[in-house]
Amino acid sequence: MAAVAERSKTVGPGPVDVSFEVNGDAVTVRVPPRHTLLDTLRGSLGLTGSKRVCDEGTCGACTVLVDGRAVYSCMTLAVACAGRAIETVEGLSSGGTLHPLQQAFIDHDAYQCGFCTPGQLMSLAGLLRANPDPDAEDVARAVTGNLCRCGAYPNIIAAGLAAARKRRP
Amino acid sequence: MTGRIVRNRVEFEGVVTEELALVDGTDLASYADDAALTAIGKRTTRVDGPQRVTGQARYTQDIALPGMLHVRILRSPYPRARIRKVDASRALALPGVRGVLHRFNAPKAAFRGEDTIFREEVRFVGDEVAAIAADDEATAADALALLSVDYEVLPYVVDLEDAIRDDAPRLDEKGNVTEGGSYARGDAPRALKAAGDVVEATYRTATQLHNSLETHSAVAAWDGDDLTVWESTQHVFGVRQGLKVALGIPFARIRVICDYMGGGFGSKGGAGKYTIVAALFARQLGRPVRCVLTRHEENLAAGNRSATLQTVKIGARRGRITAIEHVSWSNSGQGKWVANPTGPTNGLYDIPNVRTRSWRVVTNTGALAAFRAPGYVEGTFALESAIDELAERIGVDPLALRLRHARRMTDPQTGKRYSLKRLVDCFEIGAREIGWDRRRAEGVRGSAPHRRRGFGVAGQYWGGGGGPPAYATVHLDPDGSVVVRAGTQDIGTGTRTILAQIAAEELGVAVDRVRVEIGDTSSPYGPISAGSLTVASVGPAIRLAAADARVQLLQAAAGLLEVRASELRLAGGNIVSAGARTPIGDVLSKIDNYTVIGRGSRHPNPEAFSLKTFGAQFAEVEVDTRTGDVFVQHIVAVHDIGRIVNPLTAASQVEGGVIQGLGFALTEERILDRPTGRVLNANLEGYKVPTIRDVPKITVRFIDVPDRRANNLGSKGLGEPPIIPTPAAIGNAVANAIGVRVRTTPITPARVLEALALR
Repeated sequence: MAAVAERSKTVGPGPVDVSFEVNGDAVTVRVPPRHTLLDTLRGSLGLTGSKRVCDEGTCGACTVLVDGRAVYSCMTLAVACAGRAIETVEGLSSGGTLHPLQQAFIDHDAYQCGFCTPGQLMSLAGLLRANPDPDAEDVARAVTGNLCRCGAYPNIIAAGLAAARKRRP
Repeated sequence: MTGRIVRNRVEFEGVVTEELALVDGTDLASYADDAALTAIGKRTTRVDGPQRVTGQARYTQDIALPGMLHVRILRSPYPRARIRKVDASRALALPGVRGVLHRFNAPKAAFRGEDTIFREEVRFVGDEVAAIAADDEATAADALALLSVDYEVLPYVVDLEDAIRDDAPRLDEKGNVTEGGSYARGDAPRALKAAGDVVEATYRTATQLHNSLETHSAVAAWDGDDLTVWESTQHVFGVRQGLKVALGIPFARIRVICDYMGGGFGSKGGAGKYTIVAALFARQLGRPVRCVLTRHEENLAAGNRSATLQTVKIGARRGRITAIEHVSWSNSGQGKWVANPTGPTNGLYDIPNVRTRSWRVVTNTGALAAFRAPGYVEGTFALESAIDELAERIGVDPLALRLRHARRMTDPQTGKRYSLKRLVDCFEIGAREIGWDRRRAEGVRGSAPHRRRGFGVAGQYWGGGGGPPAYATVHLDPDGSVVVRAGTQDIGTGTRTILAQIAAEELGVAVDRVRVEIGDTSSPYGPISAGSLTVASVGPAIRLAAADARVQLLQAAAGLLEVRASELRLAGGNIVSAGARTPIGDVLSKIDNYTVIGRGSRHPNPEAFSLKTFGAQFAEVEVDTRTGDVFVQHIVAVHDIGRIVNPLTAASQVEGGVIQGLGFALTEERILDRPTGRVLNANLEGYKVPTIRDVPKITVRFIDVPDRRANNLGSKGLGEPPIIPTPAAIGNAVANAIGVRVRTTPITPARVLEALALR
């Protein structure tokens, strides 16, 4: 998981405006400086696909992409995301067509209760962005920080590999 | 249709009860073994897959209503204390705080035998002291720190083995230890005296925390006198019952909804205190109220699998097991029941002399909650470890010894014939898949000189036959689309998909023509999604409802097409007669806005048979004798659960059960600080659930022979079976690898090294 580099700038203590891009759209939200990116996505923007499970950086259910890299949004302050491009599970499909990862998760039954699924998908989306030709080891490493209590792990690896194959020319 | 009352025996989590249920009409015969089925038995991707992968699936945590308030709960920092005073004035003064509830101001609300949510005497670290409703969660959390509570700390005990000592603080009028159940057949003490070889050993299993990724949560909203509650639950009707009792309002005023839910594993069986608190605040403040537990709260106050202390005495004579005595003590915490670890000993193997006893131990810790095969995982670890220890003592291959006791076709507890039992096949197929012939009694060398390799096996037995009451309706809309409505839940097992397959099969339509509406008390009653009973309970009712809809449809079609109904059948979405095929929608649309509604109910189980699921699992492990690390290389799981409705989701269930069992075996342990009673790892950092790195190769096999005596589908449940034998198989493989047994779970590196040092 990449950390979002902090720019040294003092904001607050009251709510502040912060502008960033979410799934391709420019947005400005007014948030208290202590609000995490996760709470801002879920609360202020109504994007509830990213899940809150531990809220302390131990499970990966809140994973989103910030400037193309997978981060735990519960460990990222919204104000630290000013000017950045954020991608969530809601932005993965385009024009009604599922992303190859999404289709592979369906085909391989790579979920059970589905609560960790958005985080798993975004971690793998980050992987495919950085490495279009991953092997099983790469796929496993990409989701090591994404817990699945139902135990869909074997199918998640199968789905990650299948999606990578599909995207290859 | 007219209903009739039937008496039915239902097994739920090892306890058999007799209940009355109402059923409609007559049941259908089970599909023939060689029936050409088009939907059932086919690998079918989940009908709700697109919602799950796009973030559209709405969980309770995701419900946001206009004006909704957020609740946080203050929990006791002491394992036992009297609440003498609560001063909420500073909390109430914080802008955004809307209300505080505690023992001195909360309305009476009955909950699990008590008349209040907030007790005068709190009894574990994490027990509810007060609740705060605020405009947002952060404000509610801030306000918790402003509550001032005067606690009088009382004597307490938190450890199972401390609590059973004579000098332990007495926590219950009946004492800390009460009987949870006993069973005997034959004369075990005498047979043990006569046995040539006897092994006696003590086993311990740690407290396992569910850690469902979605924490327990509820949203409550009143509309006049009508209450709607969204809840992450395995039983919407159970939540409704809890609300009725707590609030004293009739069923008609309560609707409970659970569309998607993020795992329960047994812990989400009914309304929780958070549910009642949300409903009380919502009524008092006139706004919707949401209460979602944090991860830490989840691990303190939302249930656990009891730690156990178990003694087993097992004897053999002339190469056969002749007798077994098994006694278990379980830490129920503040729970009012106890799971039964001796269940597998009572019934899995054909052993003539058995005596078992199970004790419930009260401590100042959070109450247990059912956790995927409660008791059976813990008990199977002790039973199957002891059988291996006996096999070693008498010099018999552990698989061969088990097979000598796996063949009998009658249930030793009831004397009834099993409806189906393919346990021997499970063992034999599994042995081939794991390569059991590579096992040596003294273990084998691993992939490095300091690594040892071993093989282990364990058997499994569980109910899973389901039964009434379960009801469903199937609706055929004027355009020929199909809606299934049943008050069951999909807790991640694929229930929606399976019910669509069953309806599609009966109606001769494609699975994607069927919409399944579940998780709502507005639907016909469905049972709790637990105990491996959903497919076997709800599935047969869906089939009957679809069959009823089909009969009605064909009768209507017969009139319109001017042929006899008996000459019509459904196939490929068409009404088929001798010379013509008419799409269902074409027929229905001729009748103005007519919806066919078929009704179905689950009929009783056969009186004459014992319905069980059986299975066997094998483990191949390597153990690093320098570090004590256990590396599980391969698990083979073979299960006998009747007809498989969906091979895709069934395999997922088995893999998931194995992985949870692996966590129980090797890493999962709630750690309590005995002096303070606090949980030291109520989080996902210190409490180690398996990650993708911990997962071995898993081979899944099903016997897939329909149990035609069980119900009209020939299917039984699969939720519990795959977790039951995994820890025991791993434990036996570790013992085989290193020549010494770790009798305590989790089998951590420290315990392995300790065992090696004491060898």
